[in-house]
Amino acid sequence: MDPLELEIEIISKIKVENLNLYYGSKQVLKNISLNIKANQVTALIGPSGCGKSTFIRSLNRMNDLIDSTRTEGTILLDDVNIYDKDIDVVELRKKVGMIFQKSNPFPKSIYENVAFGPRINGINNKKTLDEIVEKSLKRAALWDEVNSNLNKSGLALSGGQQQRLCIARALAVNPEVLLMDEPASALDPIATAKIEELIFELKQKYTIVIVTHNMQQAARVSDETAFFYLGDLVEINETKKLFTSPDKKQTEDYITGRFG
Amino acid sequence: MKNRIIGSFVIFLSAFSAFIIVAIILLMFYIIYSGGSNLLSLSFLLDSPKDGMTSGGIFPAIVGTSLLVIIMTIAGVPVGTITAIYLHEYASQKSIFTRMIRFAVNTLAGIPAIVFGLFGFGFFIQFVGVGIDKNLGVETVRWAQPNILWASLTMALLTLPVVIVSVEEALRNVPKEYRAASLALGATKFTTIIKVVVPNAISGIFTGSILAVGRGAGEVAPILFTGAAYFLPQIPQSLSDQFMHVGYHLYIMTTQSADVEATKQIQFASAFVLLLLTFILNFSAILLRQRMQKKLVS
Repeated sequence: MDPLELEIEIISKIKVENLNLYYGSKQVLKNISLNIKANQVTALIGPSGCGKSTFIRSLNRMNDLIDSTRTEGTILLDDVNIYDKDIDVVELRKKVGMIFQKSNPFPKSIYENVAFGPRINGINNKKTLDEIVEKSLKRAALWDEVNSNLNKSGLALSGGQQQRLCIARALAVNPEVLLMDEPASALDPIATAKIEELIFELKQKYTIVIVTHNMQQAARVSDETAFFYLGDLVEINETKKLFTSPDKKQTEDYITGRFG
Repeated sequence: MKNRIIGSFVIFLSAFSAFIIVAIILLMFYIIYSGGSNLLSLSFLLDSPKDGMTSGGIFPAIVGTSLLVIIMTIAGVPVGTITAIYLHEYASQKSIFTRMIRFAVNTLAGIPAIVFGLFGFGFFIQFVGVGIDKNLGVETVRWAQPNILWASLTMALLTLPVVIVSVEEALRNVPKEYRAASLALGATKFTTIIKVVVPNAISGIFTGSILAVGRGAGEVAPILFTGAAYFLPQIPQSLSDQFMHVGYHLYIMTTQSADVEATKQIQFASAFVLLLLTFILNFSAILLRQRMQKKLVS
């Protein structure tokens, strides 16, 4: 083995410690502790309503937008607790980008969609914006398909292209972490394959957390997989291990299709 | 078989009611137009009333109505829009304060126009106007009397609840996903509202506002005591001037004129112009909405 490769220590980008989350009086996340490693893909699986989407939304504090949510515990991003009182949520969300289940480009041109993030951060120089837009679209593997007409409406793209546009838009603000909430659930197999390929590319630069209800997808794209059930984290393990010889009986029942 | 008969009956009934509405509007237009068609000409629109208002045109009234509409739009629409943004985007929907505002808005919408007129007189003229005059130390009464500003503000109050409700509706139609996308990119709530929510609601905000203002433009009761004049040969020169109004003019001609019969044609022609003005407002709202929608899709 290449000795250089041994020296690369895999560090934890995000450390979640004793996370509890409530909607009103209902507890939806129960004492979750896990580490998310830098430059790896961590997949979250589990049946509907298990809390995986809620969990991913707590990583960029999107749950704050829902009235009557209460969060306890700590989530450390680079050793800083993002639930600290003096954390600027806006800064946090620039570092932790998010891709949603339903692609949601703005009803603007492709260019303006990608330029939105830089613009709200005060970048107005046309040349700089052009560069960012091109770089982001290239990283999202969309450039070759759209570079001839960046003024076309983002809504005129196909579903898979729209989702990659949303990825490009998220990349344009230079995030460190990308959260993807079932990013391919509404896409056909070919578009899904493209997104998965892209995820594989992106992990060179970004730490990726992906929620998926598709276990094959989790197996294909991720390095680690966490299995959630009814608000509990049942198991987190290397993807290969989790799908071949899980530690917990419950995980095995789920991945073999005995429930859920 | 039975279901099909019922089905056809329902279709017939709904088509018939729709037809009745159109028929009533057309009939109204026809009656009013035919009553005043002899008089309707460019000079009727561009001349002042003459011979004790028994001949001539209604130019000052058209200008007065237009000015009223413009000033009340400037005064009412921004306030209504900002209120709606607060109610829909910021306010906690469960708080007592929010409920109080909503209750106030709904109550405001149900108050008869004449009460607005009396309020305008009592508040703007007798309270605000008197206060201004006192502080400015003017010897003659200037603001403590009916004028176009007080009339416009009274009218703005009348249209305020309609503006608020329609702007809120427009904001509600902006997909939640857009807000989420913007916030997830690190936009503040304020930026999200300015750059994403309002631009995507702008056609709804415009059309809603125009419809609200259009409804107000035809009202007479609120301006009876707050600024409309019986007869003024010239158009208002400042905000403290009184003004003529097509609707009020019509009211005067039908009830206060020395010889109601002699001015019948003028009445019909004025009514037609008033209808036309409101129609133009409504129609421009529709056009604007279509243009905006096209722009968004392409």
